[in-house]
Amino acid sequence: MSNAPVDNGRRRFLTIATSVVGGVGAAGAAVPFIASWNPSERAKSAGAPVEVDISKLEPGQLIRVEWRGKPVWVVSRTPKMLEQMKAHEDMLRDPASEEPQQLDSAKNPYRSKRPEIFVAVGICTHLGCSPGFLQGGFGEKVEGTDDGFFCPCHGSKFDMAGRVFQSVPAPLNLEIPPYTFIDDTTILVGEEEGVA
Amino acid sequence: MFGNIINWIDERIPMTRVWNMHIAQYPAPKNFNFWYLFGSLAILVLVNQIITGIWLTMNFVPSAEGAFASVEYIMRDVEYGWLLRYLHSTGASAFFIVVYLHMFRGMIYGSYQKPRELLWLFGMFIFLALMAEAFMGYLLPWGQMSFWGAQVIISLFGAIPVIGDDLTLWIRGDYVISGATLNRFFALHVIALPLVLVILVFLHIVALHEVGSNNPDGVEIKRKKGTVAEEDKPKFKFHEYYTSKKDIVDAIPFHPYYTVKDVLGVAGFLILFCWVVFFVPEMNGFFLEAPNFEAANPLKTPEHIFPVWYFTPFYAILRAIPNKLLGVVAMGASIVVLALLPWIDRGKVKSIRYRCGFHKINIAQFVVTFVILGWIGATPQTDFKTLLSQITTVTYFMFFVLLFVYSKNEKTKPLPTRLTK
Amino acid sequence: MMKKLIIGLFALLPTFAMAAGPSVPLMEAGNDLTDKASLQRGAKLFMNYCLGCHQMQYQRYERTFRDIGIPTDIGQQQLIFDGSKVGSHIKNSIKKEDAAKWFGAAPPDLTLVARVRGTDWIYTYLKSFYKDESRPFGVNNIIFPSVGMPHVLQELQGLPTPITEQVDEHGHTVTKVVGTQTDGSGELSTDEYDQAARDITNFLAYVGEPSRLESEAIGYKVLGFLVILFILAFFLKKEYWRDVH
Repeated sequence: MSNAPVDNGRRRFLTIATSVVGGVGAAGAAVPFIASWNPSERAKSAGAPVEVDISKLEPGQLIRVEWRGKPVWVVSRTPKMLEQMKAHEDMLRDPASEEPQQLDSAKNPYRSKRPEIFVAVGICTHLGCSPGFLQGGFGEKVEGTDDGFFCPCHGSKFDMAGRVFQSVPAPLNLEIPPYTFIDDTTILVGEEEGVA
Repeated sequence: MFGNIINWIDERIPMTRVWNMHIAQYPAPKNFNFWYLFGSLAILVLVNQIITGIWLTMNFVPSAEGAFASVEYIMRDVEYGWLLRYLHSTGASAFFIVVYLHMFRGMIYGSYQKPRELLWLFGMFIFLALMAEAFMGYLLPWGQMSFWGAQVIISLFGAIPVIGDDLTLWIRGDYVISGATLNRFFALHVIALPLVLVILVFLHIVALHEVGSNNPDGVEIKRKKGTVAEEDKPKFKFHEYYTSKKDIVDAIPFHPYYTVKDVLGVAGFLILFCWVVFFVPEMNGFFLEAPNFEAANPLKTPEHIFPVWYFTPFYAILRAIPNKLLGVVAMGASIVVLALLPWIDRGKVKSIRYRCGFHKINIAQFVVTFVILGWIGATPQTDFKTLLSQITTVTYFMFFVLLFVYSKNEKTKPLPTRLTK
Repeated sequence: MMKKLIIGLFALLPTFAMAAGPSVPLMEAGNDLTDKASLQRGAKLFMNYCLGCHQMQYQRYERTFRDIGIPTDIGQQQLIFDGSKVGSHIKNSIKKEDAAKWFGAAPPDLTLVARVRGTDWIYTYLKSFYKDESRPFGVNNIIFPSVGMPHVLQELQGLPTPITEQVDEHGHTVTKVVGTQTDGSGELSTDEYDQAARDITNFLAYVGEPSRLESEAIGYKVLGFLVILFILAFFLKKEYWRDVH
């Protein structure tokens, strides 16, 4: 569409060079606009690690804390819960936690640092609802397992380690957040030694 | 493949036709100089204001309680928020700089003269909308200058007889500037006025392309059909919309010649602009005024309050006249009189290059007057400055009166038949 | 003619500078935002001597520590006195109404004081307290007459005595304080106190615009890039315009 009578190599080179440099400039100018959508200092401050006191947590009890605006569960699992978890492993999608839904420290049969204390982000991996804790009432969903989590939105089922059962919509196990035991009765959710 | 896509689009929307008519085969005089860069720069700044403005609204809180803190939130907590804000605040001043230079270009080359009166008027409406836009935007950070500046300017409406007091109350929506004022200014600043501005800019360009650009010689490039010899016609192809009605001389297609020139202008402009944005965003108190870093306090007026620099010439005219109503009238008249330039100037020769020596002196004194008024409006009043502002107010209006008088039977130099250079 | 006009316009610019200000000339602060040690000392002085009454309600501890090079855990231990989380704003717990009762007016927030007043003003202010028994707190300030706060740095500077001069003002001879003289009771020498005042000023300048250094670092790159673009565009324009000339 050029209306210029002359066309030569020098002209082509300069046109391309200026266009490329201009394009780089435009891309560079877009950076601050894109970056400004990242969480602000305020959001980061509000999403800072949360301390949870578990000294009053009774066996079988679940408490919810808010971390980065999401519900995080802390459950004290009873020996019976831990025992029953082994029985249904053939019914799970990812019994060995192969998918990166946890840090290495929680990549074990219990998906936790200590077998009796379970920490997980209480958000269904399907579409983001928060599953309910069916304590003692999970048996009607999965035979032989008395306790588990059931998502009211689309019926996804998770065991007491947050592992998802087969033939439900949720594709992945529940996410395990980074956490640290500051001492025997205090957990810091959101921060793990050696992990940002 | 590429051609097929173009064809598919062209059958549904006149993309190629508009491109050719208004860009690739649009005849522009070949002798545009430095002064002709400011139109495209104004569009660049408008785009900058719209985009950074949209991004600022993402974190700005339009309430009396939240506005000031939200600006500091943008400056500190939002990633690159400071840059978005400085681009917007510097852009506001840059907008006026390029618009003033653009208007001055029109004045010296007589671009307002027949047949470009409507083009000039659209430009004046853009200027008015821009002033309203800037004024309302300045309230939003809710600093001391925001608050008291708005207080003073809105009070001007109180000078209008009979309805004045009710009108100021209605504009504010409260007995003083308050959150109600802030909210309505926010709505107008981010939605209504930008929309008006964009529409006016569009009309300004439509009008420009209908009559064609003026040029530093003020000699028309469109001649009566059949009056231009074949060998005098330019070697470029122009859209038949222009060539079918007129013969064209000394023209070049807008693209690529003026697009590459504008790219050069944009790069040069951005060097200055970015220098301010990254190194001196306050511009020594001219682009961002120090008292505005203090949150609005309805109980305490800052020691000295001034409008931002781009309003100061008109503000100085207001202050020069020791009568509230007459001051407001004079300020309004100083803008209206600019809009009337096409009818005040009765000359037939457009460009300053071929007009009488007195016209050159008159324009020079107008520039000096405008700068002095700007300086007086931006500094505290003294007896000397009050006198000086009265003198310059007179010389401001004298420019137009004299122009009206001498342009009728002006001794001009002979115009060239073709564009020079 | 046009070029001369533009140059003339720019030449006028500096004379616009803010005419507002005190009658006493300000001292030059000479602070340096790149001097991290100075910023850290300034932060420590601010937290110890100023934060009791003056907040920085828009600035966060964590960001401050990061920018001026204090490790978060050390900052948390040594510079946060009220147990605030490191992500919170730099605030105190005085109620505005109480403060207004004690000082006549609530102590202003200092986040942006350097941008409102300027660094030279702050530096001069910190060095302009002098003994004045007629004032409720026993001190006054040369550039802030009838100042409503005590000389909080008195343990560092001591209590300077005023140097007065007889000045003719509108036909009357008045006694004016034109300077101060150390009384030697402070912990710091005069030079050391000047440095402390400069450190606080520097810290306030940083907090006023925490993005300043980052902005300049990016600015050099952007300008360098634009110069390249300008040069390319210049030759591109020249190349195309060979058709016209």
